[in-house]
Amino acid sequence: MKRILKTFCAALLALLPIVAMAQIDGEFVKPRTGKFLLKNATVVTVTKGTLSNTSVLLENGKISQIGANITAADAEVIDCTGMFIYPGMIDGGTRLGLVEVSSVPETVDYAEIGNVTPNMQALTTVNPNSEAIGVTRVSGVTTVLTVPTGGLFPGTAALINLNGYTPDQMYGGFKAVAMSFPSSGRRGRFDRRSEEDIKKDAEKAMKEANDIWDNAKSYLELKKSGAELSYYPEMEQLSKVIAGELPLLIEVNAASDIQNAIKWVQDKKIKVIFSGVAEGWRVAEEIAKSGIPVVTGPVQELPTRQSDRYDAAYSNAGKMAKAGVKVALRTDEEENVRNLPFHAAFAAAYGLGKEEALKAVTINPAEIFGIADQYGSVETGKRANLIVSTGDPFETRSQIIHVFIDGYRIPMSNRHIRLYQEFLERSPGLKAN
Amino acid sequence: MNKLNYLLAAFVGLGLSVAQAQTPKGSVLIKNATVLTVTKGNLENSDVLVQDGVIKQIGKNIAAPSGVQTIDATGKFLMPGIIDAHSHVALDVVNEASSPITSEVRMKDVVNPFEIGIYRALAGGVTISHAMHGSANVVGGQNATLKHRWGAKDPADIIMQDAPRTIKFALGENPTRVHGRGNGIQPRTRMGVEAVLRNGFSEALQYKKAWETYNAAKAQKGNTVTPPVYNERLQTLADILDGKIIIHCHSYRADEIYMLINVAKDFNIKKLVFQHTNEGFKVAPEIAEYTMGASVFADWWAYKMEVYYSTAFNAAILQRNGAITSINSDSAELIRHLYHEAAKTQRYGGLTDDEALAMITINPAKQLGIDDKVGSIEVGKQADLVIFESHPLSSYAVPQMTFVDGVKYFDIKSDKDDQRQLVAATEMVEPIFLRANEEAHRCMQDVDAYFEAFQGAFLEEKH
Repeated sequence: MKRILKTFCAALLALLPIVAMAQIDGEFVKPRTGKFLLKNATVVTVTKGTLSNTSVLLENGKISQIGANITAADAEVIDCTGMFIYPGMIDGGTRLGLVEVSSVPETVDYAEIGNVTPNMQALTTVNPNSEAIGVTRVSGVTTVLTVPTGGLFPGTAALINLNGYTPDQMYGGFKAVAMSFPSSGRRGRFDRRSEEDIKKDAEKAMKEANDIWDNAKSYLELKKSGAELSYYPEMEQLSKVIAGELPLLIEVNAASDIQNAIKWVQDKKIKVIFSGVAEGWRVAEEIAKSGIPVVTGPVQELPTRQSDRYDAAYSNAGKMAKAGVKVALRTDEEENVRNLPFHAAFAAAYGLGKEEALKAVTINPAEIFGIADQYGSVETGKRANLIVSTGDPFETRSQIIHVFIDGYRIPMSNRHIRLYQEFLERSPGLKAN
Repeated sequence: MNKLNYLLAAFVGLGLSVAQAQTPKGSVLIKNATVLTVTKGNLENSDVLVQDGVIKQIGKNIAAPSGVQTIDATGKFLMPGIIDAHSHVALDVVNEASSPITSEVRMKDVVNPFEIGIYRALAGGVTISHAMHGSANVVGGQNATLKHRWGAKDPADIIMQDAPRTIKFALGENPTRVHGRGNGIQPRTRMGVEAVLRNGFSEALQYKKAWETYNAAKAQKGNTVTPPVYNERLQTLADILDGKIIIHCHSYRADEIYMLINVAKDFNIKKLVFQHTNEGFKVAPEIAEYTMGASVFADWWAYKMEVYYSTAFNAAILQRNGAITSINSDSAELIRHLYHEAAKTQRYGGLTDDEALAMITINPAKQLGIDDKVGSIEVGKQADLVIFESHPLSSYAVPQMTFVDGVKYFDIKSDKDDQRQLVAATEMVEPIFLRANEEAHRCMQDVDAYFEAFQGAFLEEKH
């Protein structure tokens, strides 16, 4: 009997998305904005502690009130008794929206030809209707940095919110020029260069980086002096980094490369963020001393060296944080960005701790990207990017019940859920011939 | 002289079989754990006694026999060793991509017991992995079921010798790409894949008949019959028809899955497991009725066209339709947290703890034909066990100790920085592999040499 009851409860839980999505033929549930009162939840604000039996009022796309007794007669009331409200999670490095099916080149738009293409805009090619966006946001990830990859300066990354019909509607107010720092590591099993060749290639790339940088500096000086410059969009974009208008997002992973990168940026007086930083734990003190913030990940990843401990990647974020590095997390993914909370859980379990791990996917990336006045915590005045869950959103057994992005209530559906609804009990089922 | 040779050979043979029989077996008493038996419910504050590699007793207040070490697992969780039904860890080579049918090759010939991936899998609680041939061919090679006896130097010592034979099949995009588009031979389409299968099995039936005819004639007195030419490739296919080998078939789309079910029905093949099976949910009733189920990813999708219309609810739909369902890794990275992958069936479909845990223990054991030996905590089973700090389906779960045959091969407290057993002489400078995750997928490894003209286009593909 107990078993039957358990199965029944499980079935009920499984049906939740269906019940929430009950609809008549032809009706399509769209994201919709309005005035929403999320009543009587436990609010995990991240920055101002955890508030029990608290309500949150959303209006005009913002969090307008947080408190025990909010009255808003004209608001749509959503009972959140027994539920938890968290800020929407932020993934600090993805290719979301830039690729639909990785093995189909026509749908892959994150790597342009050329070694120096900082003027390539990720935001241009974000596909607001990518299936992966709908699949990702119901997991509680509401905002991601989407980053071009490829050459030395592959393009300009953009922060996007996972709702909207045009890239501009999705734009989250932060851009950075991406750089792949010359690497002394191997790109994979098929990278069969000799150690000597790897070193030579890295040195060559470093020299190229320096030459380009000098050119960009000259470009900026000439521009400031009022010279008439020919059309040179690459230099135009790089000069914005030198002028301090855009930060440089440096992908760097091997320990010696991290050290070189710290040296390389030292006297440049530019805004720098490191991303990847797979071997950060080896030089954590040096990164901390440099004051450069880090977007690290993936956490669920193999160690970079055969001799490393099995948990080198799991524990990397924790070790850097302990050394005093400001750490945010990323999945470095496209269709699997929804796993961000699970990456965070692994980082938490292997040294970062739950509280810091939560910050690493909320307020820390917001601060690193300079948008903490808008994102990363549940506070009045901030953008209404938040989620309602049955429990800790990092736990697989918790269900995310509601997602709000920019004050829009997001339908808790996507193709994965629709396929579940259609095929759980197929009709006709099994039929001979 | 001849006799001496025979004698010598016999000695060598004996030596080998003794060496195999002597894989380490341990004895240990694990006290006061929450025992997740998977098949017989959960037992609070219970003990499990292991003697000579076998689970001898499960209960409360079991006293340790003299000489048996006791491990206090108060507040901890004990579960059966995790079984990965799809892996390429510990294999030096993955694909023999030279023909659409290569049933004669065996993965046990390319097992590398020194691969660090074995230890890393143990650190994730995985005690058994199904080391598979790749997916380049319609009928690939015969797989090896491995027991993760880390530290063994003889490849034979990490092969689970008492596991039945299994073989890799592959449908759809990979064989049609490699052979049809790559080499200009059948199959180039899913129709061709079916033809390759039906031709192969039909030829095997003829081969089988030829041998049966010969064997019958041979029994006659004064016969002068000559035997048919022995053919390992056809013999293996005949063994599949005789039910001696379990098919594990790489598949994605519902149509190709349904096709193989029909082929299997026509040739009276019962031992069939689908691998990946991303669109298995669309033909879940058929999979449940006619096969040994599906071994799937928890949530991977969209990495190729065939999995674009898939769903993370696949495992739950298959389970609810009564198909035996397991969650696998096919990855040196994912294999380290299959307990977490299994837990995703709770996010995507609300499966119970027992259902989720079965997907990485007893269900893959059934699909590998070893469920009478492993896959649950029951008296008489081989003592492959994992101790977790918290419930293994929690996202914060951390495996603490992993046992194979009662021998502890992983202990988080004595985990050294460098666990390698063997360092190549060429590694004066240790290589650093960045984005190692992309390394982890090896289903299409070793096909590059065949297709130089494609300039590595094959290499970037996963699975």
